[in-house]
Amino acid sequence: MWVRRKLYSVSQSYFDFFRLPAQYDIDLALLDNAYRSIQAEVHPDKFVTASPAERLKSMQIATLANEAYQTLKHPTSRARYLLHLNGVETQEESNTAMPTDFLITQMEWREAIEEAENAKDVTALDQQLMMMKKTAKSLQQVLATTLSNTETLPEAAKIVRKLSFIDKVSTDVGNIIARLED
Amino acid sequence: MAYSDKVLDHYENPRNVGSLDKNDPNVGTGMVGAPACGDVMKLMIKVSDAGIIEDAKFKTYGCGSAIASSSLVTEWLKGRTIEEAYAIKNSEIAEELALPPVKIHCSVLAEDAIKAAVADIKAKQANKEAA
Repeated sequence: MWVRRKLYSVSQSYFDFFRLPAQYDIDLALLDNAYRSIQAEVHPDKFVTASPAERLKSMQIATLANEAYQTLKHPTSRARYLLHLNGVETQEESNTAMPTDFLITQMEWREAIEEAENAKDVTALDQQLMMMKKTAKSLQQVLATTLSNTETLPEAAKIVRKLSFIDKVSTDVGNIIARLED
Repeated sequence: MAYSDKVLDHYENPRNVGSLDKNDPNVGTGMVGAPACGDVMKLMIKVSDAGIIEDAKFKTYGCGSAIASSSLVTEWLKGRTIEEAYAIKNSEIAEELALPPVKIHCSVLAEDAIKAAVADIKAKQANKEAA
């Protein structure tokens, strides 16, 4: 039962928590299974008659499992977390020096999105979204290799910053599409 | 979140939106971006041979605070030397616009854009002298 996880300590990583290898390429089905089995183990229904201390502990594990799952599930946050474990911070709040060609592309995307939004052109927005997903995919492929070598970790951090950008723009476009289709 | 009156004013009536001729040897361009919020900011300055900023234009995609920060700095930049421009601190921008702590990074973006534009014009001038 969940008791075997009672010894969870802060020095353990989210990867350890789910018994997964600490690497970028992980089996998402394994992650899902591990997450579901932990949530089942610490389900509140099982602790109705437990002591307050045990109940609290089970809730803490459930919260931790949520946080760990959300972090590892998404490619960008998984990469950011792996870098963090390796002592490399992605500085997404403070580092504004993105490569110029990347920023020019961002400007062009934003302009195209604005144009499509004004024209209420959902098809164009869908296409834009697909193109951004493709760009993100190709960046994610580079992440797998750059994250497996200590020397290329700074390079991986740059890719995470780009992906963070694309994630945000994709969310924005998704919201615009939802609003237009309303 | 409530924006300050100054932010709203710049957001609703942004000053100096647009661009300058990027191929003009007297025009410097600074482009910066904030990954966390997906903001992208382009600042262009036209500098006289005496090193005075004669014109400034910006284009920003981002939240109201980011737009207000860039709009404000285009007003501040005109008439200043590039050294004075380089010395502008994000804290001055944040104070003028009464930005809340969570929006301070928008003023950082504007400061970094100025620094990038100044670096660009200096590089262009160095090239000109070398040529």
